[in-house]
This record gives sequence, structure tokens and C-alpha cells, in this order.
Amino acid sequence: MKRHRSKIYLLLALVAAAIVAKYQTAISPYYFQIIIYIGINIILASSLNLINGFAGQFSLGHAGFMALGAYTSAVITSSLHLSPGTAVSYPLFAGALICGGLVASVFGLLVGIPSLRLKGDYLAITTLGLGEIIRVIIQSLGFLGAARGFTGIAKLADFFWVYAVVAIVIFTIANLVKSTYGKGFLAVRDDEIAAEAVGVDATRYKIVAFITGAFFAGIAGGLYAHFVTYINPSQFGFLRSFEIVVMVVVGGMGNIAGVILAAAVLTILPEALRAVAQYRMVIYAFLLIVIMISRPQGLFGQRLDWSRVWRWVTRRSSSPAKGES
Amino acid sequence: MSELLQQIINGISMGSIYALIALGYTMVYGILRFINFAHGDVFMVGAFVGYFVAPIVAPVVGGSGLAAAVLVMMISMLACALLGVTIEKLAYRPLRSRPKLTALITAIGVSLFLEYGGQLVFGPDPKPFPALIPSTMIVNSKFLVLSSNSLVVIGTALLLMVLLRHIIFRTRMGTAMRAVSYDHRAASLMGINIDSVISFTFALGSGLAAAAAILYASVYPSINPLMGLFPGLKAFVAAVLGGIGNLYGAVIGGMIIGLLETLVTGYISPIYRDAISFAVLILILLFRPAGILGRHETEKV
Repeated sequence: MKRHRSKIYLLLALVAAAIVAKYQTAISPYYFQIIIYIGINIILASSLNLINGFAGQFSLGHAGFMALGAYTSAVITSSLHLSPGTAVSYPLFAGALICGGLVASVFGLLVGIPSLRLKGDYLAITTLGLGEIIRVIIQSLGFLGAARGFTGIAKLADFFWVYAVVAIVIFTIANLVKSTYGKGFLAVRDDEIAAEAVGVDATRYKIVAFITGAFFAGIAGGLYAHFVTYINPSQFGFLRSFEIVVMVVVGGMGNIAGVILAAAVLTILPEALRAVAQYRMVIYAFLLIVIMISRPQGLFGQRLDWSRVWRWVTRRSSSPAKGES
Repeated sequence: MSELLQQIINGISMGSIYALIALGYTMVYGILRFINFAHGDVFMVGAFVGYFVAPIVAPVVGGSGLAAAVLVMMISMLACALLGVTIEKLAYRPLRSRPKLTALITAIGVSLFLEYGGQLVFGPDPKPFPALIPSTMIVNSKFLVLSSNSLVVIGTALLLMVLLRHIIFRTRMGTAMRAVSYDHRAASLMGINIDSVISFTFALGSGLAAAAAILYASVYPSINPLMGLFPGLKAFVAAVLGGIGNLYGAVIGGMIIGLLETLVTGYISPIYRDAISFAVLILILLFRPAGILGRHETEKV
């Protein structure tokens, strides 16, 4: 039974998503939008966590992958004239999302190749550069609406779609890194030379991380495009990538639950703090510096230990727990 | 042909600005093996210091002129040197023994902190930078338009580079810098104060960035808190292209990037102006990661 536990969780999550989706009209549009953004950000942050957190690479180009997925799927659904609610729209939309993810993962492969030779700082700038190049190229393509943006995308993504993908992404990544194969990511991250020495194919792991991460980012982009129904290149700039990096760093690189929590909190926070919206990025930047200096493993450390959180909440222990692994 | 000459002059003038910024990247990298992402934003602060100082300084020395320009640049360089040292002390020093990724993320944090802090303090809208030295046309024919501006930029940059060369190769502190860059442990055993050498390096690099900012603002007289992002990234590309850690490499790289950028803007399309340097970066990292003048370092276990 234990072997299938994660599959049962996935199934339960999908059913829950379907049930909630039935009543999604009962939620006020404003809150509904935030809930959808939380889901999309969870997908983005979790997929970046695979690259930055587990495989130990450093990508600053996640928004580029997202843009590729968004544009690819938007072009497909627009040329098929899909309209929401029709039976045929479901499989075709799924297909469009997957196509978006595939295009993004092809570029993920392109980014993954330099990562074989580059480390840390260089890789960060190269991925940042590739993200910018993707943006500039989209901006120069007339049939994608260039800088004016791509309008009239059908509103196909709803609660079910977003949270079904969230469940699948978490399921996939959690199982991937827990599997025997997935231990290789951690080995590459912790010490690449040592990993190579014991026969871990570091090259392969890095590329798999980039392809998988980019694929899910592309799907997140597709969902985003089909929720807001209007996309333009400036939505996928460097800052978008940076926001996702902050979510991963705050949640703890390589901490699945922590990153999910951070993605949710950092999506709600700016909404809750609308009055001080202009301070948002300053606060983000400051948060990043302070966390790096005082708690580089992220707020929740390597693993989010719910029992410790519970103890902290109920204040059973007098000294607050520190989530060290 | 004359258009080409025009583009080349513009390119060299732009390139010398990039070279000044790239020198800051390369010096810090040479000493700490760390890329100071916030360098471009120190550049931005330099331009704003100039913007606020110029109206105060100009009346004191009598109108806008050479004296005012020199004074504004000196004040801006000093302010940025101070900023650079402060950033290093507060943000980078506590992380010196930590993994490189930690320092990198912190540097990105500092960069965004300056950008968005700048938006809060200076306001997000672009501001007109005052003309410190009124630009006059030296040659204005239908073949070539040469303003004194581009000559001032190239001349000032050259002067600063010669000065930097003197500091690094002819002074005690410069010798200490080179020693630390060569082997910081051995240097510290020889009684060199590593901390003060690093502070000095940040001061020097940030000062050059401020000078570059004043020159840049005299070419593009509209400044805003995000203006440091692209010049910073391009200068970084220049440093990598020339071979990061190598002073001459930074200058060569800056010139190449400046020239390439103006040529692409002039002959292909301005859309690709910002993308071309990234394309160069990717190519150089794939085919010659050590850069033009760089030495290849093997990784040790």
C-alpha cells in the first residue's frame, strides 16, 4: 500500500480539484484570480526548484520558458478556434499545453547544454541572456503580435486545469527526486566531481533537470496565457524570472513543501500589502539578502517538518524549533 | 564608407564606457572570484549623484564648464566608491567563506535593492541629465558628424585607464591587489591585509563605474533607476569576452561589444541591440570560456 501512496494522493488531489472547480463560480473573481496565480506560481517555483534546488544549477531564465509555452499554446488554440466549454476543447487544450511544454523543453535542452561547461555565475548570466533573447525574438515576430502582445486567447484554463497540473508537477518532481535515479540530482548538486567519480552521469542529470523544469514552466505559461487571455513579451521579462527565484530561495532550495508555501505566500503578500505596493520589490530584494546572510538554506531549511510547525504553533516547546535537517 | 566611420567612432565611444564598467567587474572577479551583479546599479547611482550634484556645483565654479564637469565626476566617483565599499562590508563580507551560489544570489538581491530603492528615492520616471560640457560640432559635413562629446568620452576613459594602470602596477596598494589576486592565502601570510585590499578594489571599481555613468549620461542624457541593468550586463559580457580577471581583456572586450552593438543597431535593426551582447556571451562561453586573453583554470578537487 505504501508504494502507491503518492499515486493515491495524486488521484485525491485531482478529484478535489475537479470538485472545487465545480463550485469555482461561487468564489469572488478577485480571490479566484489570486488562487489561480498561486497555482501557476507553484508550478513555476516547483519546476525551477528542480533545476536550482535539486540539481544545483542556477537558472535565471525561467520566464523565457514560460513565454515559449504561453505563446506556443496560444497560437495553437487560437488557430483551432477553441472555445471554452465544448467537449472537444478539453483534449485539444491539453494537447496545446503539452506542445507549449515541449517547445519550452527543447529550449531547456539548449540551455542545458551550456550548463555542462558553465558553473554558477556564468550559467546564471547565460540563462538570463537566453531568456532575454527569447523575449527579443518574440518581440520581433509580427505574427505573435510583436510588442503589442497576443490578444483574443480563449479563456480555457480554470481551477481544475491549474490545480490538476499543480498536483501532477508536485507528484512528478517529488517522486523523481525520491527515486533511486533522482538521488543523482542531489549528488550532482552536492559535489559534481565526487558524483562523477562514483559513476553518476552529471551531464545527463543536468540536462534532465533543465528539460523537465522547462517543460513544466512552459505548461505554466500556457495556463497563464489561457487564464489572462492576453499576453505580451514584457510579461516574461527578467523580473518574472527573478520573482520565481525568490520563491525558491525563500522556500528553501530543494525543499518541495517549503517552495510551495513560499510561492503561495509571496503571491498573496503583494495583494495583501497593496497599500505599500511600491515597496514590494525592495522588500523582496531585502528579504533575499537577509535570508542569504542569515539562513541560506531558506526559511524552512531542507525539509519542512510539519510536526515542528505544529509544535511551534501550539507553543508546546519553549524554544522555537529550527528546521535543520 | 563615411557612415561606417561614423558608426565606428560612436562604437568606440560606447565601447570605452563599457570598458570602464567592465574593469570594475574584472577587478572584483580577479580578487574574490565573484561576479558583482550589483555593479551596474552602482553605475546608475553614479549617474544620479551627478544629476543631483551638478546644479549645486555649477554655480560655485562658475557656470557649466570643464571645472564643473571634473568636480561633478570626482564627487560622483567618491560617492560610488563609498557605496561600493559599504555594499561589500554589509552584504558580501559575511558570505565570503560560503558557497559561491549564496554570494551570487545576494548580489542579485543587492542589485534589485538598488534598482527598486532607486525608484522609491529618485522616482521611476526618467530625468534629463544636465549637459556638463556643452557639446560642439568639430566636424559637421555630410560625410561625418563628429561632436566634441564623443571625443570627451573617449579621452576621459583613456585617462582613467592610464590612471588605473598606474595604480595597479606602480603603487603599493596595486601590488597588494595583484598579490591577493594571485594567491590570497599566501598574500595574507606576507602581511597583506586582505580586507582592506578588497575594500580598495570595490572602491576603485565603483569609482570607475561612476565615471562611466557620467560619460554615459552625457551621451544619453536621460537617466532612470533601471538604467544600470543593460550597461551592467553588457559590461559583464565584455569582461567575460576579454577574459575575466584580465584588465586589458576588459578594455578589449568593452571595445568589441561597443562596436558590435553600434554596428548591429546601424546596419541590422535596433531591436537586436540588447540581444547581440547576450548572443556573444553564449558563443564565447561555448567556444572559449576563458575569454580572449584569459587563462584556463582547471578545477581541483
